[in-house]
Amino acid sequence: MNKVVKKEFFSEKVVRLVVEAPLIARSRKAGNFVILRVGEKGERIPLTIASADAEKGTIDLVAQVVGVSTSKLADLEPGDYITDLVGPLGKPTHIENVGTILAAGGGVGVAPLLPIVEAFKKAGNRVITVLAARSKDLIILEDQMRQWSDELIVMTDDGSHGRKGLVTAGMEEILQREEVNECIVIGPAIMMKFAALLTEKYNVPTQASLNSIMVDGTGMCGACRVSVGGKTRFTCVDGPEFDAHHIDFDEMLMRLGGYREEEKEALERYHLQHKLVEE
Amino acid sequence: MGLDSLYLKQEREAEWRAELRKQTKNKDRMLIERVSMPELEPEVRVNYQDREVNSGLTREMAMQEAVRCMDCANPTCIEGCPVSINIPKFIKNIERGEIQQAASVLKETSALPAVCGRVCPQEKQCEAQCFYVQKLNKPAVAIGHLERFAADFERESGEMSIPETAKSNGIKVATVGSGPAALSFAGDMVKKGYDVTVFEALHEIGGVLKYGIPEFRLPNKIVDKELENLQKMGVHFETNFIVGRTASFDDLKEQGFQAFFIGSGAGLPRFMSIPGENYNGILSSNEYLTRVNLMGAQYDETDTPVLHGKRVAVIGGGNTAMDSVRTALRLGAEKAMIVYRRSEEEMPARIEEIKHAKEEGVEFHNLCNPLEYYGDEKGRVSGMKLIRMQLGEPDASGRRRPVPMEGSEFEMEVDLVIVAVGVSPNPLVPSSLKELKVTKWGTIVVDETKMQSSIPEMFAGGDIVRGGATVILAMGDGRRAAEKMDHFLKEKYAVN
Repeated sequence: MNKVVKKEFFSEKVVRLVVEAPLIARSRKAGNFVILRVGEKGERIPLTIASADAEKGTIDLVAQVVGVSTSKLADLEPGDYITDLVGPLGKPTHIENVGTILAAGGGVGVAPLLPIVEAFKKAGNRVITVLAARSKDLIILEDQMRQWSDELIVMTDDGSHGRKGLVTAGMEEILQREEVNECIVIGPAIMMKFAALLTEKYNVPTQASLNSIMVDGTGMCGACRVSVGGKTRFTCVDGPEFDAHHIDFDEMLMRLGGYREEEKEALERYHLQHKLVEE
Repeated sequence: MGLDSLYLKQEREAEWRAELRKQTKNKDRMLIERVSMPELEPEVRVNYQDREVNSGLTREMAMQEAVRCMDCANPTCIEGCPVSINIPKFIKNIERGEIQQAASVLKETSALPAVCGRVCPQEKQCEAQCFYVQKLNKPAVAIGHLERFAADFERESGEMSIPETAKSNGIKVATVGSGPAALSFAGDMVKKGYDVTVFEALHEIGGVLKYGIPEFRLPNKIVDKELENLQKMGVHFETNFIVGRTASFDDLKEQGFQAFFIGSGAGLPRFMSIPGENYNGILSSNEYLTRVNLMGAQYDETDTPVLHGKRVAVIGGGNTAMDSVRTALRLGAEKAMIVYRRSEEEMPARIEEIKHAKEEGVEFHNLCNPLEYYGDEKGRVSGMKLIRMQLGEPDASGRRRPVPMEGSEFEMEVDLVIVAVGVSPNPLVPSSLKELKVTKWGTIVVDETKMQSSIPEMFAGGDIVRGGATVILAMGDGRRAAEKMDHFLKEKYAVN
């Protein structure tokens, strides 16, 4: 199990791995995630399941290379094994036919958004999707998203693809144009914060899928805790999706930076080791 | 349960034991002083997260201590042991120098003797029932130290004996979780001839023995050795597998599993819900200890980071609090403090751990409780507001209730806070089994005489039933559940 069967780069820093995990492929639902570990000295990191093929027994993981663990993951080649892989974790997305869904994905957050968009479409909803990234080469899964969306808008900060502007600009256009029954946003915490402020203005119920720091992913440690409506909740067992209008995004942003220095040092060590090996 | 008294009597009448009793007069046995456990000097050990504090008895020390045991006709010590180890039999084997045999006696009823010899609160269990304590008002026979000695001796000899197992009956059973309750259950069931699979959500087997209890109290390699033993007896281990998620209970039933033992523990950490508790640098003891013990975060070559603090406050007074505060010291804290809302007398931690913490320089701030945390501009905790407490009337637990003293607030500078105020049952299993009856606290309801939940083929024990308790109580539950499940399955399949 956990064998990497395929690997492709969407961009220099965003990698997609197809991994053998027959049990997870069969039992996962949209919104679920896994925890994985690369190497015996590796740390446990959460990644959302981007899609799965129950027949082939594989799941797709999409990761953006930001630190040591994602670097190690991206360095795996087809035929290599992921040391540990456990899941599916977290509560699945609540999917039903509510009418019109506005789905907004930022950067690598588009990957976990894909199965949710697919599930909403299959449940009979009208789905409008807004994809956003800094520039053209960071827009991922556009074709797959289009397949499950009634309408797709692409936004880039620099205007190198689709329209120029932030995700919220694309979202607001839709909100002004027609009635949206529910909104789901996945992306960097700062993007979700502003998306939530926008939909609150339009009074559209909004779910955000949070990417907190996790260790075990099973409710054991509380590293992933967030304040929702003034109450402390654990992202891994109570989430990862919460009512975006009640999430304390500022606290979440602060907590995401909790290990910034340690992460930086670890990445420097990793690069140094790599350099030594290559020389 | 317990051991049959006739059987105990017969064993006591074995020739070698009668002979030993005659060899030394009880009066002389009583004159021997209780052995004290050799340990690393505090100033040395605080520098090592991974060096065991207690260094174990020598063979000479153990054999002399064993002489103290009077091989009572009515060995009350056994009643104090949740897994009913035949205590006089293993101790008398040490007295006559048959250490390997002593180790085999332990393994008759305990799946993890080297673990229990280290972490059991013997002073509240077997040793509290010892004749010396009960009738002579003298220190108990050092049962725990002797258990540890026998188990270590056997392991270090490289000649581990594997307990006998009954002929396979072909019936598949599974555990949910791999902590002490599940392991003790697995050990007993495999002895009875069942095909046992242990399912664990984390990447390592052992539950709290691996992620919780630090290396300086219980080295992981010792746990691994006992696990290896269980594996040799035929127990299968599956890591990275969440029963109810990775595969459903129904899937597993389809694969032939006939019954389950749920020992998924009380892993959900409690927080106090006070202002500022989500600042960076405030974490649960579970997170702190998992990062260090399971993930090796203190070593440069591992990828998991851990926060270091100069002034560390640990909130709570249990063993987990002591483990956390002593870990903080070893990770370089200049000031490591316990903040506990009652007095030392009420502390649930083992006396030995409190003593060790004090020797290592931990500061105790008893009778005070945090009210609020302050953070710096980066969102890292920088201080806390506390209030002094006094003890009022006893509460439901029998301990005197701490009452805040009005106007006694004060502030303390801290840069790392570990919250160790208790745990709640893990909701993962109950949430995937809707028909399973749970209490309002989330513990699984079991018929105590049968160890059976509201679903007949689901048995449960340990912290998921008790809330946060001890390793040895969990092991006792595992043993009882094995006995009850065995009856249940034999009745169901009409096998003998």
